[in-house]
Amino acid sequence: MSLLLVVLLPFLGAILPALMIRSGRDACAVSAGSVSSLALAILLTHAPAVLRGESPRADWVWVDRLGLNVSLFVDGLGLLFATMILGIGLLVILYARFYLAKGDAMGNFYTYLLLFQGAMLGIVLSNNVLLMLIFWELTSLSSFLLIGFWGHTAAGRQGARMALAVTGCGGLALIGGMLLLGRIVGSYELTTIVTAGDLIRQSPLYGWALGLILIGAFTKRAQFPFHFWLPHAMAAPTPVSAYLHSATMVKAGIFLLARLWPALSGTPEWFYWVTIVGLVTMILGAWTALFQEDLKGLLAYSTVSHLGLMTMLLGLSTPLAVVACVLHIINHAAFKAALFMNTGIIDHEVGTRSVGRLGGLLGLMPATATLGMLAAASMAGLPPLGGFLSKELMLEEVTHTGFPAWPWLLPLLVTCGAIASFAYSLRYVAHVYLGPRRDDYPHSPHDPPVGLGLAPTLLVLLAILFGLFPETFAGTPVRVAAAAVIGGEVPEFHLALWHGWTTAVTLSIVAITAGAVAILGYPKLAEGCSSLPRLDAKSMFDTALARWVACSRAMNDGLHNGSLQRYLAIMIFATWIAGLVAFLGHEFRSGTRPLLPINPVVVVGWALLMGVCAFVVLIHRERLAALIAASVIGLIASLIFIYLSAPDLALTQVSVEVVTLILMLLALYFLPKSSEVEPSRWRRIRHGALALLVGLSVGGLCLATMTRDFNSLSEYYWRQALPEGGGANVVNVILVDFRGFDTFGEIMVLGIAALIIFALLSGMLKGPVRARLAEWSSGERYSPSRHPLAMVVVTRLMLPLALMVSVFIFLRGHQLPGGGFIAALVVSIALIMQYMASGFGWAANQVKFDYHALIGGGALIAGATGIAAMVLDLPFLTSGFSHYHLPIVGDVELSSATAFDLGVFLTVVGAVMLALAQLSNLGECCDPERTNVEPMDYNPASAPRPGDRTEGDV
Amino acid sequence: MEWLVASAVAAMTSAGVYLILSNRTFTVVIGLTLLTYAINLFLFASGRLAVNQPDIITDLSLPHADPVPQALVLTAIVISFGMTAILLVLAVRGFFESGNDQVDLLGPEEAVAKTRP
Repeated sequence: MSLLLVVLLPFLGAILPALMIRSGRDACAVSAGSVSSLALAILLTHAPAVLRGESPRADWVWVDRLGLNVSLFVDGLGLLFATMILGIGLLVILYARFYLAKGDAMGNFYTYLLLFQGAMLGIVLSNNVLLMLIFWELTSLSSFLLIGFWGHTAAGRQGARMALAVTGCGGLALIGGMLLLGRIVGSYELTTIVTAGDLIRQSPLYGWALGLILIGAFTKRAQFPFHFWLPHAMAAPTPVSAYLHSATMVKAGIFLLARLWPALSGTPEWFYWVTIVGLVTMILGAWTALFQEDLKGLLAYSTVSHLGLMTMLLGLSTPLAVVACVLHIINHAAFKAALFMNTGIIDHEVGTRSVGRLGGLLGLMPATATLGMLAAASMAGLPPLGGFLSKELMLEEVTHTGFPAWPWLLPLLVTCGAIASFAYSLRYVAHVYLGPRRDDYPHSPHDPPVGLGLAPTLLVLLAILFGLFPETFAGTPVRVAAAAVIGGEVPEFHLALWHGWTTAVTLSIVAITAGAVAILGYPKLAEGCSSLPRLDAKSMFDTALARWVACSRAMNDGLHNGSLQRYLAIMIFATWIAGLVAFLGHEFRSGTRPLLPINPVVVVGWALLMGVCAFVVLIHRERLAALIAASVIGLIASLIFIYLSAPDLALTQVSVEVVTLILMLLALYFLPKSSEVEPSRWRRIRHGALALLVGLSVGGLCLATMTRDFNSLSEYYWRQALPEGGGANVVNVILVDFRGFDTFGEIMVLGIAALIIFALLSGMLKGPVRARLAEWSSGERYSPSRHPLAMVVVTRLMLPLALMVSVFIFLRGHQLPGGGFIAALVVSIALIMQYMASGFGWAANQVKFDYHALIGGGALIAGATGIAAMVLDLPFLTSGFSHYHLPIVGDVELSSATAFDLGVFLTVVGAVMLALAQLSNLGECCDPERTNVEPMDYNPASAPRPGDRTEGDV
Repeated sequence: MEWLVASAVAAMTSAGVYLILSNRTFTVVIGLTLLTYAINLFLFASGRLAVNQPDIITDLSLPHADPVPQALVLTAIVISFGMTAILLVLAVRGFFESGNDQVDLLGPEEAVAKTRP
């Protein structure tokens, strides 16, 4: 539990600084600092167990089927990294409090920092690789926020974007690699993966997994050729650079390789790829660093170089190289963070970090100079500082392990790197602090306030202690962490400044001498170097990015031109192509099922249907005619259903057809009555061709389906309808019983649709739309009698009859064609007839119930029927039934399914009526005439004379 | 008989597809209605055609129409009614909001020009 807290605390605490900034900058910094301190304290409670060689774990099942679990553990390596992340994080928080200017949004800064800290902790403490990947992406995102903190500068934005693009792409590769790894091992738990090294190395997927993981790791920690983003991330505020470069972001890549070292290392692929990439990065980074003008650029490339060194050590695949790597990780974290903070102080107090404008600062800011020089000495690998120890170990190791063919090559190249490394460290000292004092500094340089200087002082102190008392201060962490990396026994070694006159010492002396010479002749060297061709990675990146953007824009504009018509045509065509591909992929044989004989009457119906289809297409611009024609097709469809033994369908189709027709007529009142000709003849032809193609294909498919025999579930339903559902109308039993859940969902959809319609139309009664509505005239001539007497009387007489029919249809539904749907539609039609015949105002006044309540009540009843079954410990919507005999209606089965059907009935009535009534309500707004509230326009009781007209008539 | 049904499906699909590709909202709704008929008939026909056979149980051993596609199509009819209703209302609302009833407020050419900054 407490492990989870370590990871979660920074995330949870991230809100604090953002809130506390209102209480001042100190409170803000303290809140951020206390979050990190607390996390550190909790982490350190696990330290004794880890030092004993245990690895405390914490597991929670999350998405077990994906293998994604919240599984955390802390071993030596995790503890080392987590301590660095939190420890240096604390120092960075302290430093940033004094570094950030008044205008900077400090609350945001600390929030981003804590988010980043939490993500980093997640990486180093995850036991599940999928979880680790999530945190990995989170570091990319949160570092984007940190690097782009000064978003008002172009450099800040570009640097952040580049970092995100490169590390994000790497993250994708890493996901691929990790998934492969998980597939090989059969588990996503790290502790399982690292013990399955042999299995992984023998797998045919090893090469892919290794390549992808290496890409992920190399992008994250800026290895050649992905190194170019790191120097541009320098646009970030210096505390961020110090944090990202020393202990966190770039170290995540190293951490990953160290973590997977037992699983992946030891093969020739690993050895050559990792060692060579590390070596190239080391030399290239050091060489580039030597000629940087910007102090932060110098440090950034030196980070690239040092990371290369660590990579190379891991690549060597020997336990002692791992020890050297772990030691260097600790040393590098200390001196690099100190140096960045030192540069930040120079920038702050002198006003520039351009090497050419600095020099002679030793006398002006002695404390800063001392700290800077000590840290640089550690970076250079001078005794008696920590950097010396790890460099000696490294040199010692490369003289023993190297490329088998040329044993001298590796030491030679590493020494070249060391020369450049010493040279740029010396340059940091010589060109910044030493030399003559100048009189053109932008500000007047002086030592910083204590707050700003405290953090680097502590770090330099650490670097000195690592050097003077290595066994005391670094021995245990290195042993424990190295043991965790190696996954076995750590070889014997002793950390000391002096081991006797070894090859490493000779190489060191060579490096120091050559480096010093290089700095003495620096002007000439720089001149010579500037004539060499240089790779400008940023412009290459920008060009590549611009090409990609242009490419995707061309594609986007080509496909997405904003025309919905066109999208639809493309989608239809693409679907057709997909069908065609599937069709061509199989051998075609015509069906063998015997065809049914053709009845001449049917041919008449068929000819009518075909004719009306053609008619609709031809006259579709005359909307009323098209609408009537479409309804004719609907009626023919219901005739087809009844001919083909589907009376339920026919009933439903007919009643839905009527309701739809009324709805469309109502809607048409508010729309233009005819369409203009589409201007493009070519488009019409294209659409026509597409329509024919699709129609013929669908027809062919239909024919092919019908002419084949098949086995379906139908027999089961047919056999079980009576014993299980208690109904002879199998279709109805399926709807309300077997597939009751589907029907339940369906009435929900219908109810929601009605509510959407209500909302859409209610919205029209407000604002500018209402004004347009008031002015709307459909431009048609209407009958002089609004509500013809004959129709009023007939509909009112019909209403009780229709309701009775509806009850009849409802009750017999389970046994004979009928049911809740059809009954509901019949009621709806009867009611809407009242609206049509007697006018909206009067009819709406007669309706004493709320359609919304009807929808809700129906849904509740249907739901309650289902839940009632659950109360009886049966699955949702299980039905029970018994039979009763009613006069006239006959044998009626009353079952819980009937109650369910009642729910269906109420919802459908409510939904249909709500939609229709709301649409007719709209008509009131544009009707200049008074709404009728009288039962009839013509009142026989007060009839003055025959032939008189009431006021409402036109 | 199968040929008649298949050709009816083909005709209704063709007419429906042609109409939904139109640039006027009301025409699209009519097209969708036709397409709905076609699809419902297709679904229904996938249970194979049966003329003059019961879909109500009188005798279990008698041949009968396939009830499953019927139940599915019944649901489909009701759902497509809801969909048609929403589309119609959208068409009405859109007409009053924008002042015209075109599907593409702009022609394809102007639409491209508009997405360009």
